[in-house]
Amino acid sequence: MLNDYLPLMILFGLALALAAMVVALGHLFGPRRPTDRKSQPYESGMKPIGPGQRRMSVRFYLIAVLFILFDIEVVFFLPWAVVFRDLKIVGFIEMTVFILVLLVGFIYAWKKGALEWE
Amino acid sequence: MGAMQILFLLAAAAVLGAAILVVTSRNLVHAALWLIVALFGVAVVYVLLNAGFFAIVQVVIYIGAIAILFIFAVMLTRQIGGKDGGSQNHSTWWVAALLSLLLMVGIVWILSTWQGFATELPALANEKELISELGKSLVSTYLLPFELASVLLVAALIGAIYVSWEKSR
Repeated sequence: MLNDYLPLMILFGLALALAAMVVALGHLFGPRRPTDRKSQPYESGMKPIGPGQRRMSVRFYLIAVLFILFDIEVVFFLPWAVVFRDLKIVGFIEMTVFILVLLVGFIYAWKKGALEWE
Repeated sequence: MGAMQILFLLAAAAVLGAAILVVTSRNLVHAALWLIVALFGVAVVYVLLNAGFFAIVQVVIYIGAIAILFIFAVMLTRQIGGKDGGSQNHSTWWVAALLSLLLMVGIVWILSTWQGFATELPALANEKELISELGKSLVSTYLLPFELASVLLVAALIGAIYVSWEKSR
């Protein structure tokens, strides 16, 4: 059973090794001559406005909550989609009811303007 | 000791270590990042239990969504941490320690009477069959809880919009 997950483990190993290698090579061979300008958070970019640890807008929270809810919805699709053909029309109707209920919430969020950023 | 046991011990040690760092980190953002490590370790444990679907759910929902929500929630607070220098311990920490100890004694006591440790691992079903079984039971045996789940999701959605949107306008 663990053999099924072997490709995934190789992928994780490769990803870790690559990330470690990129950072290590930069440290080994990169010249380090810092100046004030180079040490800015965005070198050659915008000048920072205020401290980095300031409070974020509550809108980010709402976006995250909406993302969780639709993420959970998608998780319910997965086992259903695997047996979609076997379930015939009944399974389709049952999933339609599930989506229609969620659509009510989606329309509410849309009408409230929760999807707009301004 | 088989490969599965070694993997389980590694994952369990990672979960425990990361969980300790979650509660001891002074910076709340660091605590949230260590929480992601702990949740990932739990996903590995799910894989070892032959619950591949739950491992996916753990990664997609808990790491991909809830941990992000945690980080956003931390950033909503005024004091991210690391600067106040005050004690991290609540004054009644010993009550919590006592309750946790009692709970652990209870769990160990119940588990010590369980015979499962001495028996061999039963042959587990193919995961593809497991997930199709889950899909079938969602739209037959557990149809009502499945449809109620969507109602629950809509309630959560409306509640989230109400608490965070109405007052911000």
